[in-house]
Amino acid sequence: MASPATVELPAATRALIARPGVLTVLGRFIRKKPLGAAGGFIMLAITVTAIFANLAETHDPIATDAAGTLGAPSAEHWLGSDHLGRDVYSRIVHGARISLIVGLASSVLGSFFGGIIGLLSGYIGGKTDLITQRVLDILQGLPLLVLAMVMSAALGASIHNVVIAISVPIIPRAARVIRSSVLSIREMQYVEAARAVGVRHLRIAFRHILPNTVGPFIVLMTAQLGSAILVEATLSFLGLGVPEPYPSWGRMLSVSAAEYAQKAPHLVIFPGVAISLAVFGSNLLGDALRDTLDPRLRGA
Amino acid sequence: MKTYLAQRLGIAVLTLVGMSIVIFALLRFAPGDIVDILFSTGGYVNAEERKAIMKELGIDKPLVTQYLEWIRNLLTGDLGKSYRYDQPAWDVIRPLIPVTLELAALSIMVAVLLGVPTGVISAVRQDTTLDYVLRVFSLAGLSMPAFWLGMVIILGLVTWLQWIPPVTYVGPRENFWLHAVQFGLPALAVGYRSSALIMRITRSALLEVMREDYIRTAWAKGQSEGIVIWRHALKNAILPVVTVIGIEFAFLIGGLVVTENVFNLPGVARFLVQAILWRDYPIVQNIVMFIAVVVILSNLFVDMLYGFLDPRVRYG
Repeated sequence: MASPATVELPAATRALIARPGVLTVLGRFIRKKPLGAAGGFIMLAITVTAIFANLAETHDPIATDAAGTLGAPSAEHWLGSDHLGRDVYSRIVHGARISLIVGLASSVLGSFFGGIIGLLSGYIGGKTDLITQRVLDILQGLPLLVLAMVMSAALGASIHNVVIAISVPIIPRAARVIRSSVLSIREMQYVEAARAVGVRHLRIAFRHILPNTVGPFIVLMTAQLGSAILVEATLSFLGLGVPEPYPSWGRMLSVSAAEYAQKAPHLVIFPGVAISLAVFGSNLLGDALRDTLDPRLRGA
Repeated sequence: MKTYLAQRLGIAVLTLVGMSIVIFALLRFAPGDIVDILFSTGGYVNAEERKAIMKELGIDKPLVTQYLEWIRNLLTGDLGKSYRYDQPAWDVIRPLIPVTLELAALSIMVAVLLGVPTGVISAVRQDTTLDYVLRVFSLAGLSMPAFWLGMVIILGLVTWLQWIPPVTYVGPRENFWLHAVQFGLPALAVGYRSSALIMRITRSALLEVMREDYIRTAWAKGQSEGIVIWRHALKNAILPVVTVIGIEFAFLIGGLVVTENVFNLPGVARFLVQAILWRDYPIVQNIVMFIAVVVILSNLFVDMLYGFLDPRVRYG
C-alpha cells in the first residue's frame, strides 16, 4: 500500500507560511522601533547587572571606610565614594537589584489584582461594575505618590511594605485598562457561543476572556514599571522607602547627597542617572510594545 | 446641564466620603502613635501620663467616634489641632497654601508652554529627526525624577555661577527677582516633567486632526501653514490636551512633594512629608483631604470646560 504522498512545497512558499523565528521577529522589532529596541537593551543591561551584582561589584556595597570618604571618581572607586566611604559604583550596581525587584514586584502585583478586578467588574457588569468603579475612583483620586507615601508611612519601612504601598495605587489603573478591553471582548461571538453551550461564567471569564487581554496586560505592566521604579526612588529619597542597609538609588540621593553636593557632585549625579536610565528604558520599551501589541491605545 | 452638574457633584461628594474613610483608616494602621514619637527622644513615659496625653489629644476614643468627630469638624471648618505644634491645624496649614499654589500655577505654565508647542512641532514634522529629538526630550522629562532634576539645577548653579539659591523663603515684596528665581527653578523641574505628557497628547491629537478633510481643504485654499495648524487644526485637537492638563494639575502635587523638599520651600507638600514622619494625624488627614478635594474639583472643572471649548459637547 502506498503511503500517503507528502506534498513537497517550494522553498519560497514554505518560507511564507512558516512562523517567523524569534530572531526574525526581534530583527523586525528593532528595525521598526529603534527607540523601543534601545529601551529593551537598557532594561536588559540593568537586569543583567541586577542579577550579577555580586560579580559586578568592586567593593562591598555596605562596607564603610572612614579614611576614604567623599572621594572623587578614581581607579579605586570608579564612581567615587560617599560620606561614609562606601563605593558608589558598587552601591549603584546593587541598587539596580532593589529598584528592579521593587519595581517589578509592585507592577506585577498591582496589575495582577487590578486585572482580576477589572476582569470580573467588566464581565459581571451591572451594579457590581458600578460599585467597583466608584471604589476605584476613590483610590485613583489621590495622586499615586501621595497615596504611596501615606501607605508606606502607615505600614512601616520594609521592602515588602514598599512593594505593597506602590502596588495598591496601581490597582485602579490596571483595573480600568483590563475592564475596557473585557467590555469589548465580552460581546464577541465566541463568548456568546461559549455561553450558549453552557460554559460556566467563571470559566468564560478566566478561560475565554482573560487570555485575550494579555496584550493590554503586558503593555500596562511595562508602562507601570517605569512609574513604580520612580515612586520607589522618590519614597526612598523622602526616607519612607527601602530601609538601610539596602542600597537604594533614591536614598543615595537623600540627605547625605544634598549635604555634600558641593564637595562631591558625583554623589548627586550617578544615582540620578541610574534612576533616569531605568525609567527611560522602561518607558521607551513600554511605548514600543504598546504600539506593537495594542494599536488601539496608541498615543493614549 | 443642571441635572448633569448635580449628578456629578453627588458623585464627587460620595467619592470624597470614601476617600476620607480610606485616609482615616490608613493613618490608624500606622505603627506607633504621636505619643511614642514625641517621647522616643525623652525616654520613659509612665502609663498614667501616657493616658492623660492620649486623652488630651483625643486619640483614646473609639475609632468611629474619632472619625465622626473629624468629619463634623471638617464640615464646620474646624480642622482640629496639630499634635505636634499644639496649634489649630488651620493656622499651621494656611500660610503654606499660597506657596504651593504659586508653585503649582508656575509649573503648569511651564508645562503648557513647553508641552504644547513641542507637541505641535513634533506632529507637523512627524517622523523627521526633529520629531525624534523632541520625543526623546519629552520622554527624558518623564523619566527623570523631579527632585533629582532640582538637585542637578542647584548643582549647576553652584558649579558654574558660584551662586547658591536662597535656602530660606524670600517673599515677593522682599526681593521680587530672588523670589522669582526661587520659584522659577522648581517650577522648571516640575513643569518639564508634566510637559512630557502634554506634549505626547498634543502630538497624537494633532496627528489625528491633520488627516481630516477640512484640513485638506484649508491647505487647498492656499492657507499658510501657521493658520492651518494653529487656527484650524489645534482648535479641534485641544480637547484631549485640556483633559491631560486637568489631570496633570492634580498629579503635579506629587511632584511638588519632593521638589518643595529639595528647594526648601515652605509649602503644603513639604509640610505633608514632615507631618507624615511625625504622624501628626490631623495635619496629614487634612492635607491629604485637601489634595483630594483639589483633584476632584479640577476634574469637575475640566468636564465643565469641554462645553465651552467644544460646542458639540452636550451634557445629557
